[in-house]
Amino acid sequence: MAKHHVTTTINGDPYEFLCEAEETLLDVLRDGLQLTGSKEGCASGDCGACSVMLDGRLVCACLVLGAEVEGREVETIESMADGEQLHPLQQKFLEHAALQCGICTPGFLVAAKALLEKNPDPTETEVRYWLAGNLCRCTGYDKIIRAVMDAAVDMRGS
Amino acid sequence: MSQALKNEQDLKWVGTRPLRPDGVDKVTGRAKFGADMYVPGMLVGKVLRSPHPHAVIKSIDTSKAEALPGVRAVVARDDFQDMPSEFVPAGEMLVNYKDIVRNVMARDKALYDGHAVAAVAATSAAIARKALKLIEVDYEVLPHVIDVVEAMAPDAPVLDETLFTAGVDPAPDKPSNVAKVVELGLGDVDKGFKAADVVIEREFDTNPVHQGYIEPHACVASFSEDGQAELWCTTQGHYVVRSHCAKLLGMEVSKLRVTSSEIGGGFGGKTVVYLEPVALALSKKANSPVKMVMNRDEVFRASGPTSGANMMIKVGAKKDGTITAAEATLKYQAGAFQGSPVQPGAMCAFAPYDLENVKVTGYDVVVNRPKVAAYRAPGAPISEYAVECVLDEVAEEIGMDPIDFRLKNAAKEGTHAAYGPKFGPIGLVETLKQAKKSKHYKAKLGPNQGRGMASGFWFNIGGETCATLNINEDGTVTLLTGTPDIGGSRASVCMMAAEELGIDYDKIRPIIADTSSLGYTFLTGGSRTTFSSGMAAVQAAQGAIEELCARAAKIWEIDVDAVEWEDGHAKPAGKNAGDFEPLSLADIARQAGKTGGPIAGHADINAQGAAPSFGTHVVDVEVDKETGRVTIVRYTVLQDAGKAVHPAYVEGQFQGGAVQGIGWALNEEYVYGEDGTLENPGFLDYRIPVASDVPMIDTVIVEVPNPRHPYGVRGIGETPIIPPMAAIANAIQDAIGIRFHELPMSPPKVLKAIEAANGGGE
Repeated sequence: MAKHHVTTTINGDPYEFLCEAEETLLDVLRDGLQLTGSKEGCASGDCGACSVMLDGRLVCACLVLGAEVEGREVETIESMADGEQLHPLQQKFLEHAALQCGICTPGFLVAAKALLEKNPDPTETEVRYWLAGNLCRCTGYDKIIRAVMDAAVDMRGS
Repeated sequence: MSQALKNEQDLKWVGTRPLRPDGVDKVTGRAKFGADMYVPGMLVGKVLRSPHPHAVIKSIDTSKAEALPGVRAVVARDDFQDMPSEFVPAGEMLVNYKDIVRNVMARDKALYDGHAVAAVAATSAAIARKALKLIEVDYEVLPHVIDVVEAMAPDAPVLDETLFTAGVDPAPDKPSNVAKVVELGLGDVDKGFKAADVVIEREFDTNPVHQGYIEPHACVASFSEDGQAELWCTTQGHYVVRSHCAKLLGMEVSKLRVTSSEIGGGFGGKTVVYLEPVALALSKKANSPVKMVMNRDEVFRASGPTSGANMMIKVGAKKDGTITAAEATLKYQAGAFQGSPVQPGAMCAFAPYDLENVKVTGYDVVVNRPKVAAYRAPGAPISEYAVECVLDEVAEEIGMDPIDFRLKNAAKEGTHAAYGPKFGPIGLVETLKQAKKSKHYKAKLGPNQGRGMASGFWFNIGGETCATLNINEDGTVTLLTGTPDIGGSRASVCMMAAEELGIDYDKIRPIIADTSSLGYTFLTGGSRTTFSSGMAAVQAAQGAIEELCARAAKIWEIDVDAVEWEDGHAKPAGKNAGDFEPLSLADIARQAGKTGGPIAGHADINAQGAAPSFGTHVVDVEVDKETGRVTIVRYTVLQDAGKAVHPAYVEGQFQGGAVQGIGWALNEEYVYGEDGTLENPGFLDYRIPVASDVPMIDTVIVEVPNPRHPYGVRGIGETPIIPPMAAIANAIQDAIGIRFHELPMSPPKVLKAIEAANGGGE
């Protein structure tokens, strides 16, 4: 079967790619475009390690087909820092030691950024429920929650 | 090695919280984990797995798969050399290659749902998947057994007709599923129980739980035509991977270069090989690089987990709280091949206590489940869970506070542990005392809330470790170690090297060297990395300092003994004191070419003196009596770290271990159907704790220095998973007056128990 030809925008740059009908956006990002910051932990939408933004909405890239992003805008972890300038969330994750192995970190950062754009002053409970779709097996979440709350303070201040 | 510990006030880096050197790559998505490697000409490898828990493999026909265009190689049992059954050293482990080769690729029988039966390498994932469907396997399905007690019954289906129980006299004349019986003890338990005022005996059951790392197993293997190979993989120990793969593929060790990727969690589950030998075999056959990545279903069905168990625990005590005798019978599932962690489980069971009469018997039992792998303090959380529950009940029975009861019996420096050694300085008493006086322990509880506590012990290890510290020509330092960094250990190892050299932490760049660039280094496990690689880095730094001083002596034309190293500088000392301006490390490095060449320090050590870490957890729970759901309201971890080199990452280990334990206590379990297949091989149905399930986890770092480490370090990573299950069970009892003797204490089980207690239910 012929592959789909897809024209899309990823991290602000125009992209064209060919993909099979069953290939997910995550397959395309990783295997096709080698944007490997989005991780595959489950391929079933349960772990959130592949969290990306699609037209400003937080999605699991493993639950979106590659062919679905035709004409749309995708943002991944690779565009979170502004050049050498880390996003406040990235900086706070480092300062709070909010990562141990780091495999879930890109997904958490993308998801947390989406939260703070919607709700700049979340309660701890709101942060915990928003991030309930992102699994971390190392940290017990404590330092992740603190980093997000602290980044929210910084971002409100600036 | 033994040396005086540094004075606390002299420390510039150790005990601080600098940013980790690999941090930026990990928050930008740049860090390369196992599945992030792509090489030109790479094929995709996939594994065909048994759908049966127990079956004779009568034949495997791969001809149709091989004929499929795009398929470049197919391997099955005949592509791997059989190995004799013997336990041989691999690093400081003992492994049986007969079992490893059979686990990597089934031979005569498939022994669990998910057991690898064949593998293909093809030009695309789609072709590889199609090829798997074309492989014809003729199975003769056999009766299976997954329960440990049933597996020990005389009429149980026997997994391995050549397995005869070791450790019993007389040796059995029939094969069985009991691979081994271990026994240890002290004194006379019968006498001890007779002296007791209170004796409590309880039976416990636990289910297997998976390590649950978010990164699936992944590797890229590339075999070249001259018989050399490179392997990139996510592992806790790339030297151990090298040993295993070289053995399984009949290679010389020097011809296999293994590079460890960044590792996305392991918790013990990435200390063994699954895909790696298969990828190498496929690559050799296909003459192309082969990448293999497990999916989550494969991770659950074919890797990890730790043992489920059945246990009897009996404890006797006097009214004053003195424990007079303690006895345990532990039956641990090993999975399809022998080697459950029942031995460490037996050794740890009563280790936190100073007891006169102890008897522990452990059974290592094979069942039709995936072969267990290490999981954070392997074996200990299981046995200590059961013991800590019984201790709580004994304390209640004699009317003593559970912390006071433990303090009365706590192991201290000089205590002779039932498993053999005499403890050096240890911190159990301190964790108990601090728990007792904590605000948490005194806080008021709400309705349907209860408080529980439990303590835990883990040995920690040292072992074979290398480090190379290269002084670069501009005065910066490159530090090579061989222990994969699973949770920030690069930072702590660098901090110790910076402390020793007297230079800034950020002048040292740490590298996890591949197996061809540094000598054999045992894996990241046993809470050994900060301890052992730290010790090796310190010794390498001391070697470099010696050379730096020699170069300064040469520059000044004075005797080398008249040079001392202080605060990152060589200084003239003794009668030459003050004669020359001190030379910084960078000053000497810049002149190295003229004074004798490059400067480096090396250490190749078998790190000795690892010291155990004890912890105490306090937890408050709230039980919803309508749904049976248990919510963690408040949680405090108190643990002896020896010395917390980087306190943030020590706290992180405490918190992460506690939350894994919360999952083990309340939700996680392998669920098998009547047909012996795993029913919940995914994160939706195997539910690990999510952020909204848990509160903040408070931590108290106790520091009783380990005198046998230059900075007082103990391992700390494993102990935190030991106390949660019992602490939570004890808290539930406190909340609703029901004692649970089975894990997990999931809502349906809790609800059923509440209804039964109310005389209702079905």
